[in-house]
Amino acid sequence: MTLLERYAGVAGHDVMEHLRQLAGLLEGASVVHVNATPEGGGVAEILTPLIPLSRELGLDATWEVLEGSPEFFACTKRIHNAVQGQRTVPDAAALELYDEVNARNVRRLTPMLEEADFVFIHDPQPAAFLRHLPQRRGRWIWRCHIDASHPEPRVWRFLREMVAPYDASIFSLPAFVRPLPHPSYVIPPAIDPLSEKNQDPDAAAVKATCARFGLDPERPLIVQISRFDRFKDPVGVIVAYRLAVRFVPGLQLVLAGGGAADDPEGAEVLAEVRAEAGDDPDIHVLELPSRDDLTVNALQRAADIVVQKSLREGFGLTVTEGMWKGRPVIGGDTGGIRLQVVNHHTGFLVSSPEGAALRIRYLLYNQQARLRMGATAREFARESFLLTRQLREYLTLMVALRDRAGERIRLG
Amino acid sequence: MAELHDDRPLIEPFAVKDCAVIAIATARRAVTVHELLDGIALIPPESLYYHFFTGLLQARFEEPEYNNDFAGWVANQLHDSQLAEQLAVVDPTSYSDPEALRSVLLEIIQVAIDGTERLSWLRASRPFDFVRSQIVIFDTGRRAANVAELATLLPELPAESIFYHFIDARRREPLGRDDFGPWLECFGPQTAPLVESLANVDCYFDNLAGLKQRIVRCFEEHPEAAS
Repeated sequence: MTLLERYAGVAGHDVMEHLRQLAGLLEGASVVHVNATPEGGGVAEILTPLIPLSRELGLDATWEVLEGSPEFFACTKRIHNAVQGQRTVPDAAALELYDEVNARNVRRLTPMLEEADFVFIHDPQPAAFLRHLPQRRGRWIWRCHIDASHPEPRVWRFLREMVAPYDASIFSLPAFVRPLPHPSYVIPPAIDPLSEKNQDPDAAAVKATCARFGLDPERPLIVQISRFDRFKDPVGVIVAYRLAVRFVPGLQLVLAGGGAADDPEGAEVLAEVRAEAGDDPDIHVLELPSRDDLTVNALQRAADIVVQKSLREGFGLTVTEGMWKGRPVIGGDTGGIRLQVVNHHTGFLVSSPEGAALRIRYLLYNQQARLRMGATAREFARESFLLTRQLREYLTLMVALRDRAGERIRLG
Repeated sequence: MAELHDDRPLIEPFAVKDCAVIAIATARRAVTVHELLDGIALIPPESLYYHFFTGLLQARFEEPEYNNDFAGWVANQLHDSQLAEQLAVVDPTSYSDPEALRSVLLEIIQVAIDGTERLSWLRASRPFDFVRSQIVIFDTGRRAANVAELATLLPELPAESIFYHFIDARRREPLGRDDFGPWLECFGPQTAPLVESLANVDCYFDNLAGLKQRIVRCFEEHPEAAS
């Protein structure tokens, strides 16, 4: 069975036909994606299946990873946090290093970048690529995966200078968009339903995972899967758990996350979380290898409720993952989580540990509501947040940019 | 009309299309009614279209209280139910010219501003983000050679086909009609009651699944159209 046929089995034949028709207009086009990490984090997860699917559709798609030092990633982490609103500014030496690393990577990839029909630059880390490539043939698109609605002004000025010359940008929500002198497309990210993280595992695998981490499958379980990052508020989840466990005896909490090569703060936050968890045997803080997708899958399926109590969030792919597994999601009322969690339908949006605790108690008390919301969540994820929909929008954007299309693009 | 009837083989089959809409942010935002007014005055026509119609293509979990984004934002963010109701009652399908639709919206908001000082002081906690769109039209490969074939095809059409032929069509057709009517009329006078029945479907209050059911019911209630 081809990859396209496998996706059609999950996403439906109509959307696959859309992909074929759009890709037909782009046959043979060279498409280069550049990001900062080969594994760990949402961008790498999206690119892993996007490249083979694009290739099967007839595009010459490749994925390049920026090479940088720990000092470079410390700088880009600060830029990342500043774009998401933290009042932090890398010093001049760090910004100089940022530029140098970008220039060095461009030299390494020059022939490919110059010849590419389309180049997608993901997030701020490689955003300076374009300024170091005076000769280019194709269209360049900056894909911003984070919430840029309230950036630190000096950092945004610095970054804006890099991204303004692109042909287009992509943000996950209209609310994240900053004014730029080119079209800013709105494309929410998506999950890959065929990946190890999202395909249906057998019940034995779920049971084995519970046994491996000392989880009791007979007792209620809430799970938050995310990097150990302050914006994901893992400490707030522990506070919510402590408020809820008084009413739900036997409640278990899993906080599990993998590291990402471009996230130097992870170890520090993990230590804070372990300190907050203390010696409670029902709080399981798990540091997972970044490719341990089967474990993540099993933990999400073992959960009664998936939690993503972020304080800031670009999109929150773990929300869609939980929904795809038929679990209601309690999510922070922020960013892209608002697009996925529809109050009382696919879960609950919360603004505090107290709010999260209340919704945990409600969903564990009311099994019927929990199951109903879980089923609605899965259908909503199928309809709105699968990789096939995202690729259709990327292809549409490419056709629109190449042909300088107006409001209507007629393929049939 | 009999001649038309005799010309049946020459009638082009109905080509079923479907579509997808991609959103493009304008980076223009409103947190007050004055900014909403300014925004509506300046946005391109396709942005008006987006805020009136694209919600129909998105998943809906409950009956929306207000049928366009402007009215919903005024109700939920500015908490002015009077202006929200006045904006919600605007039927975009009545205006073939987007500038006429824009004028009506501007007039309603300006009258509301002039009528109460309080409205000018209200600030939304979440801004209104003006968005425009591009629409991609796909060929589904499905064809109906006659009325009976179209009636058979309809129940299995994707929601996006219903959007394209029944809602988007009103912007393309000079008289603001759906795509089915003009094609059905080619088959002779026996289709007139069906065409009228379709024209009477209010496309603004159902989700697309509900709208499809209504259209299918029109065909079921008029079997004479296929004779």
